[in-house]
Amino acid sequence: MVEEKPKLQRQAMCDRLAMEFRDDWIVNLGVGMPTLCSNYVDPTKDLIFHSENGVIGYGPLAPAGEEDRHLVNAGGQNVVPIPGMAIVHHADSFALIRGGMVDVTVMGAYEVAENGDFANWRIPNRKGGGIGGAMDLAACAKQVFIAMEHTTRDGKPRMLKRCALPITAPGVVTLVATDLGLFKVTPGGFELREHAPEWSPEEIQELTEAELIIPSDLKEFRFRD
Amino acid sequence: MKNKIYQTFDEAVADVPDGSTFMSPGFSGVGVPRNLLAALHRQGAKNLTGISNNCGTLDEKVDVGTLIEAGQVKKMYAAFTSPTHPSQISPFVRMFNEGTIDAETVPQGTLAERIRAAASGIGAFYTPASVGTELADGKEHREIDGRTYVLEYPLHADYALIRAWRADEFGNLQFRLAQRNFNPIMAMAARVTVVEIEDEIVPVGELDPDKIHVPGVYVNRLIKIPPDGILD
Repeated sequence: MVEEKPKLQRQAMCDRLAMEFRDDWIVNLGVGMPTLCSNYVDPTKDLIFHSENGVIGYGPLAPAGEEDRHLVNAGGQNVVPIPGMAIVHHADSFALIRGGMVDVTVMGAYEVAENGDFANWRIPNRKGGGIGGAMDLAACAKQVFIAMEHTTRDGKPRMLKRCALPITAPGVVTLVATDLGLFKVTPGGFELREHAPEWSPEEIQELTEAELIIPSDLKEFRFRD
Repeated sequence: MKNKIYQTFDEAVADVPDGSTFMSPGFSGVGVPRNLLAALHRQGAKNLTGISNNCGTLDEKVDVGTLIEAGQVKKMYAAFTSPTHPSQISPFVRMFNEGTIDAETVPQGTLAERIRAAASGIGAFYTPASVGTELADGKEHREIDGRTYVLEYPLHADYALIRAWRADEFGNLQFRLAQRNFNPIMAMAARVTVVEIEDEIVPVGELDPDKIHVPGVYVNRLIKIPPDGILD
């Protein structure tokens, strides 16, 4: 009964992706789970958080009672200004994105494929989609990290050979954190870099459609120190 | 100097005819021209085409969704033509599924740039966003310096309904923090730009010319939000 073993918490998944951020990076966090990345604070790194609505260099979530109704991140959460913050309009905000200034965008996804494709904006048999700024970010950020549950609610794999859902961008994902481990997207496919405690590579493979590359230096999942 | 100051929101949108295209800015509920949208709802113009980041939210606040729910809008251009969560069924989603409203899903950066292109006299532009996805289907593609782009056209409007922080009587505008979002580019892209002001409308000459986000030449009508108006 592999399903009953403990899986990684969402914060641990986002912590792990945030550990890969580098000093001075411009970081864009998608709505939902990826915003948890900002809870991992490494005092040795200065990060600049960018939000689609033109806020460049915002701070943490505003404490209750200290919200400024004019200052929100892409998820609509009130954040606090930090020294050095700048505001631009929407066209300039996306000029920054398409111009290649964003070092990493972290997004949620329904599916990721071993060729680096991912899908996160439209469910089939439903009209319309919630693309937001995801296509611009995915096509133009230097790296795309994905944070998502390893399987769907009914246990179907989300790590696929090819995406079944309409994709957001082709061949752009570089790193995926799921509740079972950390995966690097390589030219040969998904490489399992770190596995969740108590989960063997074979058990993770069983819940993955794509064939995993298991490196000789496979490690256990790294948690916040 | 022509007087641009209107006393009521209803007067400011009274001439919007059926079939007009309007722009409605705002992002995550900030910078939404709620008083002007409420007035356009009361005015009742029909067969409108809307350009906005989303198609209305599920909160009870006045937004573009208020006009959609009232059946005033025939088509939307938006980055969100479905809610962020599938369980959220807004009036737009219901009408879109029933086929009583049309919509085009536009990546948010492409939406902003199409508005900016309309404002800047650009005939079309190539963007890498959406290449390789179904949103690029049927669009002209072009390889430039080894990268593939799709061709996108400007989005013009008859009216832009705008929310700003402060203005002078000529219509020079200032925005506060994330209120800015789509407001400046929409203010510049429409034939008639109507602005509701949160803080104050000051005499000409009182705003520092170096700190103006939209020059007054783009602004046609100004209204200060009264104490009983909608602020958030």
